[in-house]
Amino acid sequence: MTFNDSLELLSFHWVAYSVYSALIISVVAWFGYNLTRQEKAKSIIRIPFYGFVGFLVVAGVGHHIFTYNSVPWVAQDINRHDMIPDKVYHINIKKHVFILPTEKMVINCGEQVLFDVTSEDLVYGFGLFRKNNTMVMQMQVNPGSRNDILWTFNQNGIYDLMSTEYSGPKGNDMFVKDAVEVIGCQNISEKNGGVK
Amino acid sequence: MSFVSDLINGADNKFDHTSLNALQKVTLRAVVMAFLFYGLAAIEGMIMRTASVIPSIPPVYSSPEHYFSIMTVHPIVGIFGSTYQLVFGAFMFLVPFLTKKPLYSVKLANWVWLLITIGTALSWIAAFAWNYAPLYTLYWPLPADTEQFKTVGGIVFILGVALIMFGTFGFIYNIYATIFARVGVHQNKTMKELLISGFGIDGILNLWYKLTGRQPYTKEPALSLPVVAIFRGTVDTFLDALIILGAGILVLVYLFADLGGLSLDVKSVDALLYKNWFWWGLDLVADGLVLIYVAGSWYLLATLITGQKLFMENVARAALMLELLVSWMVWSHHLLADQGQPEMMKLISGEMVTAFELLTQGLALFITLVTLWKARPLKMTNELKYLLGGLIGFGLAVPAGIIQADMAMNRVLHNTQWIIGAHVHIAIIVGLYMTLYSAVYVLWPHVTNNAKLWSQKLANTHFWLHLIGGIGMGAFMGMAGLDGMLRRHMYFNGEFDLMMILAGVCGAMVLLAWIIFLFNIIMSIGLKGLIGIFLPSKNKESSYGI
Repeated sequence: MTFNDSLELLSFHWVAYSVYSALIISVVAWFGYNLTRQEKAKSIIRIPFYGFVGFLVVAGVGHHIFTYNSVPWVAQDINRHDMIPDKVYHINIKKHVFILPTEKMVINCGEQVLFDVTSEDLVYGFGLFRKNNTMVMQMQVNPGSRNDILWTFNQNGIYDLMSTEYSGPKGNDMFVKDAVEVIGCQNISEKNGGVK
Repeated sequence: MSFVSDLINGADNKFDHTSLNALQKVTLRAVVMAFLFYGLAAIEGMIMRTASVIPSIPPVYSSPEHYFSIMTVHPIVGIFGSTYQLVFGAFMFLVPFLTKKPLYSVKLANWVWLLITIGTALSWIAAFAWNYAPLYTLYWPLPADTEQFKTVGGIVFILGVALIMFGTFGFIYNIYATIFARVGVHQNKTMKELLISGFGIDGILNLWYKLTGRQPYTKEPALSLPVVAIFRGTVDTFLDALIILGAGILVLVYLFADLGGLSLDVKSVDALLYKNWFWWGLDLVADGLVLIYVAGSWYLLATLITGQKLFMENVARAALMLELLVSWMVWSHHLLADQGQPEMMKLISGEMVTAFELLTQGLALFITLVTLWKARPLKMTNELKYLLGGLIGFGLAVPAGIIQADMAMNRVLHNTQWIIGAHVHIAIIVGLYMTLYSAVYVLWPHVTNNAKLWSQKLANTHFWLHLIGGIGMGAFMGMAGLDGMLRRHMYFNGEFDLMMILAGVCGAMVLLAWIIFLFNIIMSIGLKGLIGIFLPSKNKESSYGI
């Protein structure tokens, strides 16, 4: 199983967490109901204590192993300093304004692009969003330290840029329309709100 | 009795404030202030929810300055003004109650609620009057940004937070001085015995001795399990207060310098290092004292409700120790989106150690449920149903947080409504507050000398509105987060209207639940009783149930 973009991952997450939520509410409700009954309740399933402990450990650690192996940007993120990007964009932020190298950053499908963002004053965020407002990715931008993210775009689209971190009320206007355009992908997917 | 009579004198005239001793009164004072601040936080929350759909509503008036001022004080009022007060008030009653010893100082306990109340009010005024809005995160150098914020606003805000922290230190001192007082049942206990028990080392030794086939290290631990949880959670409360106070002093240095016409270079403080330091401390609230205090409260409530011993008590004691250690090493999950943060810290602290919270909280949930189960059939009392609600809250919220504490998920969820809705608000409103409501109902006869609850129907209505509203609000906010809605951004074009309207409806249920609860309590103790709580007590006794 591989997730190609955030929408696929978040859709999966939506379903998985909803199922879990229904389950945990049902379990506690079942307990609540049976706690008050005179007759002995029939256990649906018997969970040994150490089995439960093992399940929690496996769930907690296994979740990270699962995403590492199914979400491509994790390994890319960890190993980004050993990889040579196809393109590098240096972006500066000063006084709540994004200063981009070009008016629109045009990226070819499948290219590994490094966004290297610096802040000259406050903590900001760097986030790309689809036209339907869903998030493609984001990172924090701290002044005085390196803020770089390596990303591969697999779908055509025009994306807006927003600050994803609060930097005072003035930061609310930090929005660059059509900052990134991805071209050249064969299987254009409109469901993602990319190209309209 | 008539409605008017109940309103003035309390239900069936059963609440007599003159019969309360000093400990009971100081507890009730903190509880009253806590629920008033809770209401203020709920109103602020509803203003923000409504402004997410109609930005022009008063007092926001489409102004980010106003919106973020509310957002800045909302957690100060909700967490410190309400939750801290409620927990501190309850624990300053419970520790003497459970240890059968007097509280170290009722006078100090009075200072605690006064300092927290005044401090919260000052912070609120700073945001209201001067629109000081660096948010609770205080990311450096934003709190010292005098181009966006007025210096005097910042000074008043930080002084308010400092007062809250001084109140917190007062609570900590009172708790430890009470626990370590060698009087009553602890007359012959040494400091070493109390420390070993407080840190849960006796539980670990008992488990180890059992595994190696020996007699237990101790059959009667010096401190009962809920006191151990309070003891251990208070360690994190102390460390957290130190860090917040330290951050406050740093901000004050810059603001006072500005006031004196001196412009200090904000780059002297590294923003990422500051973030690490601040989150280490701040996270001790969310992932430290809250989880430890809550686990301890569940154990206490389960044993009081069932009248039986806790299931697997030694494991519970050991798990509380594990939770303390875990809470010191998980802060990096707040910095998974910070690319300057070393990858190893993200992996170990941010992901792997954080995952252990699933284990510690899962154990607490398991132990509590089994303790209840072994005592069935039980009557579905207020305290039991609120406890079950609290279990659901953390059963939902903890995994929601663990899911985001992952490098893959964080990349697309950080700073969205997911974390503040599905994790934080469900944890606090459903998990924490339902647990606290359970404690309120358990302690009600003890702190009020058996005052009669005015209406059980209203108590039931409060329960369902709070539970459904709390889960619903968190869920719809979470769904908006999955759709890309940021948590610290003001939207003007109706981008997330549907989810925000649904979250707002559920939020209104929570607000209505609070109004019903407050009304029921006022009708139970009467306006005379309410005022009487704040009058000096004739009975100066600082213990209960000895």
